[in-house]
Amino acid sequence: MDKRNRAPRFHIERRASLPWHKSLAVRLLSILAAFIVCAILTMIITGVKPVAFLSTMVYGSFGTPRKMWITAQNIAVLLCISLAVTPSFLMKFWNEGADGQILMGCLASSACMIKLSDSLPNWLLIIVMLVASVAAGMVWGVIPAFFKAQFNTNETLFTLMLNYIATQIVAYFIVKWEVPKGSGQIGIINQNTELGWFPQLFGSKYILSILTAALMTAFIYSYIRYSKHGYELTVVGESTRTAKYIGIDVKRVIVRTMALSGALAGLIGFLLVSGINHTLTTTITGGQGFTAVMVSWLAQFNPIAMIATSFLIIFLERGAIEISSAFTLNQSFSAILTGIILFFLIGSEFFVSYRIRKSANTETGKEQDK
Amino acid sequence: MKKLFAIIMILVLSLSLVSCGKKEEESEPAKFKVGFIFLHDENSTYDLNFINAAKAACEELDVDYVLRTNVPETEKCYETAAELADSGCSIVFADSFGHEDFMISAAKEFPDVWFCHATGTKAHTEKLANYFNAFASIYEGRYLAGIAAGMKLNEMIAAGEFSAEEAKIGYIGAFTYAEVISGYTSFFLGARSVCPTATMEVTFTGSWYDETAEKEGANTLMDRGCKLISQHADSMGAPTACENRGVPDVSYNGSTLASCPNTFIVSSRIDWTPYFKEAIKAKMNGTSLPTDYTGTIATGSVKLTEVNDKAAAAGTQDAINTATKALQAGTLHVFDTTTFTVGGQPLTSYLADVDTDPAYTPDTEVIENGYFNESAKRSAPYFDLQIDGITLLDTAF
Repeated sequence: MDKRNRAPRFHIERRASLPWHKSLAVRLLSILAAFIVCAILTMIITGVKPVAFLSTMVYGSFGTPRKMWITAQNIAVLLCISLAVTPSFLMKFWNEGADGQILMGCLASSACMIKLSDSLPNWLLIIVMLVASVAAGMVWGVIPAFFKAQFNTNETLFTLMLNYIATQIVAYFIVKWEVPKGSGQIGIINQNTELGWFPQLFGSKYILSILTAALMTAFIYSYIRYSKHGYELTVVGESTRTAKYIGIDVKRVIVRTMALSGALAGLIGFLLVSGINHTLTTTITGGQGFTAVMVSWLAQFNPIAMIATSFLIIFLERGAIEISSAFTLNQSFSAILTGIILFFLIGSEFFVSYRIRKSANTETGKEQDK
Repeated sequence: MKKLFAIIMILVLSLSLVSCGKKEEESEPAKFKVGFIFLHDENSTYDLNFINAAKAACEELDVDYVLRTNVPETEKCYETAAELADSGCSIVFADSFGHEDFMISAAKEFPDVWFCHATGTKAHTEKLANYFNAFASIYEGRYLAGIAAGMKLNEMIAAGEFSAEEAKIGYIGAFTYAEVISGYTSFFLGARSVCPTATMEVTFTGSWYDETAEKEGANTLMDRGCKLISQHADSMGAPTACENRGVPDVSYNGSTLASCPNTFIVSSRIDWTPYFKEAIKAKMNGTSLPTDYTGTIATGSVKLTEVNDKAAAAGTQDAINTATKALQAGTLHVFDTTTFTVGGQPLTSYLADVDTDPAYTPDTEVIENGYFNESAKRSAPYFDLQIDGITLLDTAF
C-alpha cells in the first residue's frame, strides 16, 4: 500500500452545536490550563512559586478595598468601550477607531474645561462638556461611515488612520495648552477649583463609571435585541443584499450605527476627562479601543457576556502589574503571560466549534457507535 | 462527559490545594517601606538611572521597596501612589514631570505619607507638609561636559579638520522646556568657555523618548555641518547615529561607551541616590526634608562619567577637574551674565516663571550678583532664555 494514500489518523469536524454548559466548561478549562502553563513557566524562568504567582495575581485585583474599586472602575471603562464598538461590529463594520473617537471626546471635554471654566456656571459647563464630547466622538465615527456608505471605502483602514489623526490633533492642543511652557503636558485641569469635574456620586469617585457601564450595558442590550434599529443593523451585517431586498436603507443604517458608536465613544471621552483623569494626554485611552475589539469578539458581541470578558482582561492586566512589581520582573514578562492566557482562550473557541475525531478507518468498528 | 468532569475536578482540586498553601502570613514587624513610580521601565535610560538609584539607596539603608514601572501620567499615577500608600509605604517617589499633579492629589489624601516628586515645580506653591520636589544642579554637569566638547572642537580645529568659524555643535532636545533650554545653554556656555568661536544648532523631537526622531535629528544636524553632537532625550538614537558616522558625541543620563566606543566623549547625569537616601532617612528619623531639594556636585547628585580617552581631547579630565573646583568654590558661575548676551544685550534683570501657572506669568527676579541664579528659587530649572550663538531649527514643541 502506498504510504501517501493512507488516510489521516484524525480529522476535524464541525460540531452541530454544543450545549451551553459544555461550551462553558471548555472555556473554563482552557483558562485553567492557561493559568497552569503560566505558573509553570513563571516557576521555570523566574523561580517564583506557582502559589505565590496565583495569589499575587488575585491580590492585584482584590487585595484591598481600593484595589477592588479600581478594578471595578477599569472593568467599567473597558466594558463601556467594548459596548460602544459592538453595534458597528454586529453590522460587520470593522470599527478599529474607538481610540480616536474617545480621544476626540476627551479633547472636546478638555477644551471646554480650559476655555469655558471662567464664563459658565459649573452645572452648565458640565452639560456643555458632555454634549461637546458626544458630538465630537460622533463626528469622528460618522466620517468613515459616510465614506463607507457612499464610496465603499475600507472601514478598517479608515478608522485606524483616523486614530492617528486624532492623536496628532490632541498633541497639537496639548502643546497649545501646556503648563508650564514647553513641558508638553497639561497636568490636572482646574485641580484647585474642580470646575468641570463631574461630582462624586454617593461620596465615591468610582461609582460614576460603574453606573455608566451598567446603564450602557442595559441600553446596548435592549438596542440590539429589541429595537428596530438593532434589527436593521443585524440584517445589514448578515447580508446587505437581504437588507436592500426587505427595504432597509443600508447607507442610512451604516451612518446611523456609526454615529451611535462614535457618540458612545465620545461619552466615554467625557467620562475619562470629567469623571476620572481630569487631564488630557495622547495616551489617555491606553490603547483600550483595541482591547475592546477583543473583549467584544470574545463575548461574541453579547453585551452581558462582555462583563465577563472585560473582567478577565482587567484581572489579567492588574494581576500582571502586581506580579511584575512584587517579583521585580519586567512588565514584558507579564505581557507574555497575558498572551498565553488569551491564546488558550481564543484557542478554546476552536474546540467549541469543532471536534477532533479519530478517523473512521483506524477503528472501523466504532464508527457506528454514534 | 464523565472524562471531562473528571479532568475539571482534578484541576479544581489541585488548584485549591495549591492555594491552601498561601495561608502562612508573614508576622515579622513591618519594615520601613518605600514606593517608587516610574514612567517607563529600564529600557529608557532616564528611568534606568532612577531605578538603579532607587535600588542602591534602599539596599544601602536596608529598607523594603516596591518599584512600579510603566505608570502613565494620568489618574493611574494617583491610583498607583494610593495603592503604594495603602500597602504601607512611608514615602512614595515619582520620576516623571507629568506625574506631579497626581502625586499632589495623593499627598492631600495621605497626610502621613511623604510624596517626593523629581523634576516637579509645584511643591513650593502647594505648601503641603508632605509633598516635596527634587532636582539637581545638572546645569553644572552640563557645563563640565560642554568643556569636554569645546576641547574636542579645539583639537579638531588644530588638526585642520575644519576652520575655527565652522566649529558648530548640534543638539537634540525633547521639548522647548526650561529644563532642556537650561541644559543646552549651560552645555554651550561650557563649550564656548574653551572654544570661543563655537556656535550651536538645536532641534526638538517633541518627545522624551523617540529613538527614530532622535536619530533623524542627529543625522539632520550632521548634514547641516555640525561637528559634535549632544542631546537631551532619553534614547540611544543620537549616540548611535554619531557612532555610525564617526562624529563625536557628548551623551546624557549615563555612559554610552559600550555602544559607541569611538565617539563617546563623556556624559553627565543626575545620581538620585543621595536624594533618595536623604529623604528616606529624614522620614525614618522624623527630621525635616527641604520642600525643594537641589542636589549638587558636593552632594554627589551631579555626576560625570569617565572620560573616554579614545574620543576625548588630551587634557579633558584635568580641565573638568579644574572647572569643578571653581564651581564648588563659587568663583565660577555657569550663567555668568558677562559670558552671554540675549538679543545682543547683556542681561541685567530677568523675571522667570518660577511659580507655575497656566498663563506662564514671570514672577521672580533671578539675576543676582552678576549671574542667573538657576535652581535656587525652586529645584527644577527655570532658565528659558534664548542666548546669542544658539540657533533653534524648529520650535514646534
